[in-house]
Amino acid sequence: MLTPLQAVASIAVMAAVTFLTRAMPFLFFDRGEHPPKLVLYLGRVLPPSIIAMLIVYCLKDNIVAFATGLVSGGLLEAAALGQWLPGFIAAAVVVALHLWKHNNLLSIFGGTILYMVLVQTVFA
Amino acid sequence: MDRKALAAAFPVTIPVLMGYLAIGIAFGFMLQSIGYNFIWAFFMSLTIYAGSGQYLGVSLLSSCAALGTVALMTLIINFRHLVYGLSMLEKFRGMGLRKFYMIFSLTDETYALLSSVQAPVGVNPRNFYFSIALLDHSYWILGSVIGALAGALLPIDTTGIDFAMTALFVVIAVEQWESYKSHLPAVLGAATTLVSLLLVGKSNMLLPALGVIVLALLLLRDKLDDPGVPASAGEEAGTC
Repeated sequence: MLTPLQAVASIAVMAAVTFLTRAMPFLFFDRGEHPPKLVLYLGRVLPPSIIAMLIVYCLKDNIVAFATGLVSGGLLEAAALGQWLPGFIAAAVVVALHLWKHNNLLSIFGGTILYMVLVQTVFA
Repeated sequence: MDRKALAAAFPVTIPVLMGYLAIGIAFGFMLQSIGYNFIWAFFMSLTIYAGSGQYLGVSLLSSCAALGTVALMTLIINFRHLVYGLSMLEKFRGMGLRKFYMIFSLTDETYALLSSVQAPVGVNPRNFYFSIALLDHSYWILGSVIGALAGALLPIDTTGIDFAMTALFVVIAVEQWESYKSHLPAVLGAATTLVSLLLVGKSNMLLPALGVIVLALLLLRDKLDDPGVPASAGEEAGTC
């Protein structure tokens, strides 16, 4: 665990960077200049790429376990299964729930509770 | 404080109240589960005030990430905020010192409200916007403190609760998938990051992935740059 001082420093960095990203458009484009087309273009196409990147990042342990199992041939052994399957199942359930009801809270909590049940009981 | 503006803003913010309490509670729970109590939750929500950013913050704190990593990850996850500000330039003009707070508190939800609501007749629009921002922020702080306290008091096994962050991103991705004409940016982002994970490994995967993504998007500009793509896509995509 971080020391309290290190934790405070981390939080301060998060706060400062978050404010900076929100303030950037006001710093650069608040005097009536038109934002460059390239900036607007990236602002439009980057968000889906970044969210997709973060999903892969979140599931990195599952993906590595899956790839390792695939290479070593032990993909479906009980111990290996618990390393990759719960994340994939829960993520698929979040997609299905969200396509079905479009309710943020239902999708997030449904998926999370399912994941917790899976890793704490089924694949414990 | 303009009471009339506050009273007019409250009903508008009720959907955010529900959402922020729920997601804030989950955040507080996660934070408590890695050993940081409600005081930490309070100050994080007060000073950072970003849903997905703070979810990520939990994993950064628990993995004892270096400050450079913290800065980079926060920058990456908040990149979409660049777009929000662009459409608020007009709205925040003439707000004086309160403008700093409006910029600070421009989360996905507040952005969505501010870009869709009108101040009722007889209510000062600037006070109305400020009230919305202030109310949303207070819901977020309240939710995260409740969550951290609950996490400390209730004897619940919280193993796996960090999946809430994954679920949040998946929800945003589904919304984006439905509102964007081209799915190429999403597919590109996932494929590039996957390759980066397998080539570079878990700990250094993001920076090379981000570089390749930006480069590829720049090269694909002729194909993707279509003003018909909803500039408002972020509005519906917002979750936190």
